[in-house]
Amino acid sequence: MTKSEMNWAAIDADPRFQALHRKKTAFLWGLMIFSVAFYFLLPIGAAYYQDLFRVRVWGPMNVGILFALSQFIVAWGIAWIYARRANREFDAMAAEIIRDAHNIR
Amino acid sequence: MNLKAIGATALLLASGAALAADGAVADQFKWLTFAVFGAIIGLTMYITWWAAKRVHSTSEFYAAGRSVSGVQNGWAIAGDYLSAASFLGIAGLISLYGYDGFMYSVGFLVAYITVLLVIAEPCRNIGKYTLGDILAFRNDPKKVKTIAALSTITVSTFYLTAQMVGGGVLVKTLIGIDYEVSVIGVGVLMLAYVVFGGMVATTWVQIVKAVLLVTASLLLVMFTWAPYGFSLPAFLQGVVGDAKVQAQVAKLLGDAAANMSAEELGQRLLEPGLFLKNPIDQISLGMALVFGTAGLPHILMRFFTVPSAQEARKSVIWAMAIIGGFYVLTLFLGLGAAIHVGPASIAGLDKGGNMAAPLLAQYLGGGADSVLGNLFLAFVAAVAFATIVAVVAGLVLASASAMAHDIYVGVIRGDRATPEEQVKAARISSVIVGVVAIFIGIAAKGQNVAHLVGLAFAVAASSNLPAVFLTLYWKRCNTQGIVWGMLVGAASAIALVMISPNMTYPQAVTRDARKVLEGEPAAPAKAAVPAVPGDGLLCELFALRDCQKAEPAKPAAPAREAKPGAPEKLARLRDTLPTLTDAVERDKANQEIAKLEKDIAKAREDLAKVAGQTTSMVGLEQPFFLLKNPGIISIPLGFLMVILVSLLTRDRRSEAMWDELYVRQNTGIHAEGATAH
Repeated sequence: MTKSEMNWAAIDADPRFQALHRKKTAFLWGLMIFSVAFYFLLPIGAAYYQDLFRVRVWGPMNVGILFALSQFIVAWGIAWIYARRANREFDAMAAEIIRDAHNIR
Repeated sequence: MNLKAIGATALLLASGAALAADGAVADQFKWLTFAVFGAIIGLTMYITWWAAKRVHSTSEFYAAGRSVSGVQNGWAIAGDYLSAASFLGIAGLISLYGYDGFMYSVGFLVAYITVLLVIAEPCRNIGKYTLGDILAFRNDPKKVKTIAALSTITVSTFYLTAQMVGGGVLVKTLIGIDYEVSVIGVGVLMLAYVVFGGMVATTWVQIVKAVLLVTASLLLVMFTWAPYGFSLPAFLQGVVGDAKVQAQVAKLLGDAAANMSAEELGQRLLEPGLFLKNPIDQISLGMALVFGTAGLPHILMRFFTVPSAQEARKSVIWAMAIIGGFYVLTLFLGLGAAIHVGPASIAGLDKGGNMAAPLLAQYLGGGADSVLGNLFLAFVAAVAFATIVAVVAGLVLASASAMAHDIYVGVIRGDRATPEEQVKAARISSVIVGVVAIFIGIAAKGQNVAHLVGLAFAVAASSNLPAVFLTLYWKRCNTQGIVWGMLVGAASAIALVMISPNMTYPQAVTRDARKVLEGEPAAPAKAAVPAVPGDGLLCELFALRDCQKAEPAKPAAPAREAKPGAPEKLARLRDTLPTLTDAVERDKANQEIAKLEKDIAKAREDLAKVAGQTTSMVGLEQPFFLLKNPGIISIPLGFLMVILVSLLTRDRRSEAMWDELYVRQNTGIHAEGATAH
């Protein structure tokens, strides 16, 4: 398999690659924007909504502590969602393009 | 030859051990500390010896032959990331300031989402060994490799200096080895890993260290949490009700604590605002963390060690599980140290709280006079030491690869070096970087280097991340854009720090030192002051004339009596000492005398250091940039420069290569394969 055999522009224009590109872009941007927005709620909340963060929920546990702990759950959740989708869908789509790459002209 | 060098290192460390003077460990238990240190160092040396036999080619030296599995690489990434600064530093911040310390933990984990979603897999698919390789794919290789190497070396040097100085101070505080000896020890050990074992040894040392670190922390947390029946509210209730914690909060709050009940004081530790006072600075730091991690060269380099993009993905998932789990543990380590050891004792040994986790270990084992307590302490200290050595090894490998692979092979030899020549260049570069690191470490003794880690993240976020991100995802991005974006991003981050409160301002130092030596005059009672709204974002960022910074409301403060200076207090204490008959009171007085003597010496030293100066290194009397972290300005500036310059210039190669880059980064066609063993 040498590089000269590949027609990169044609692969790029192939509908299967375009479908992969569209799905991945929308999915990744969505997750990325959500995770960044969710994370910055923590420093913003800790600075400007201290009264809310102080509200006690469960014994000495307050909203602030629960929210900080929720950041861990959300980060792990995003990793899990991404890995699942990539393992099940994106990898298969890419594999098909790789199999066929030499014939795309 | 390898064995000889390894033996020499062990000897050097042993002789360093003999120089031990004072520290957290009593003299009769020092042998225990050295035994545990020796065991852990011996283990890493065995790994290096084993790895040295399998490192022959460039791909093996830089990327461990691309044969590290996803799980292994996940542990190694965690090892690279859980540096002494984050392990000891965050546990310390939580023990002293509670909630605000824990907020750091969150940022360090969330950073990996950026790595997972947009960086790890594409970089694995198109890269070879370095940041420069990724950028050279569709841009002018000589230009971008030069700038990428410069940026890599800059970021690594900042990070490395902080680790070296932190490591030297840590070892000195814990077991009393001289600072210089411990810096040289770290340097020589690390060089042995890198030069003989390359990425194979560095990776396995990281894995072993990460496993030890997580095991040690889990054990400590088990012992701390078990008495509370593993209930989080019960544990936190124990923290809130602790007298040492309440005293710490009262001290932090000062006048504002006057009308608070003991319960309220304890609860306050679990609320934000005891450490981080400037919300915009906080957001700026968050930006540097979340976007900087993905641009750290030694983290990027890790993705070239796995065989495929799928394994790269798996390694980030594992790293997130380990790093996140570890940072949840820091909450227990920090608060556990606060209730068992007490914030006052922790800060007494090290102002930044770095000794919280080791001291907790000593307490849980049975205290400073027990064998088990000192064994625990020795174990945690040895793991912390191994952490520093391993992280420095990763950083040196990243810098050496930039020097040898990007500059020497890529730019000077025009990619025409033989494989043997490349490996030789890599080893020689490692030695050069390592020796320079030792010199920097010794030269920076006593300097305030805490801000250097933040600066490393800020430069990585403002220079490396915009370049990598835009070259991967934006068709119009080109060579000129990358070069200018990286230069302006890095330069603005560094320049802003030079005029920030991180620098030393002689007038402020003099003022503080005088306060210690001469005391403070009496102050009349102050009425409550309402909050003052600011004149806008610019006034929050820069010290401009006619510009009001937002100020929070201040509660009323009672009148304060004049405070005597430390020398006056010392004289009074010395006068009363002979009249004390109670042994406990004598001990207390003696301790206080020792502390006052230390304060006075420190204040005099500070005064001598800034004598005759009125301005900082760049000629400022006070900070012009008001934030400690430059990210909020330099990160957008880095992105903006890449975009603007790319739009204004044309580069045929960048355009022509786009299709290939985009297809390859998404599919992994022609990705660098694993070498068979």
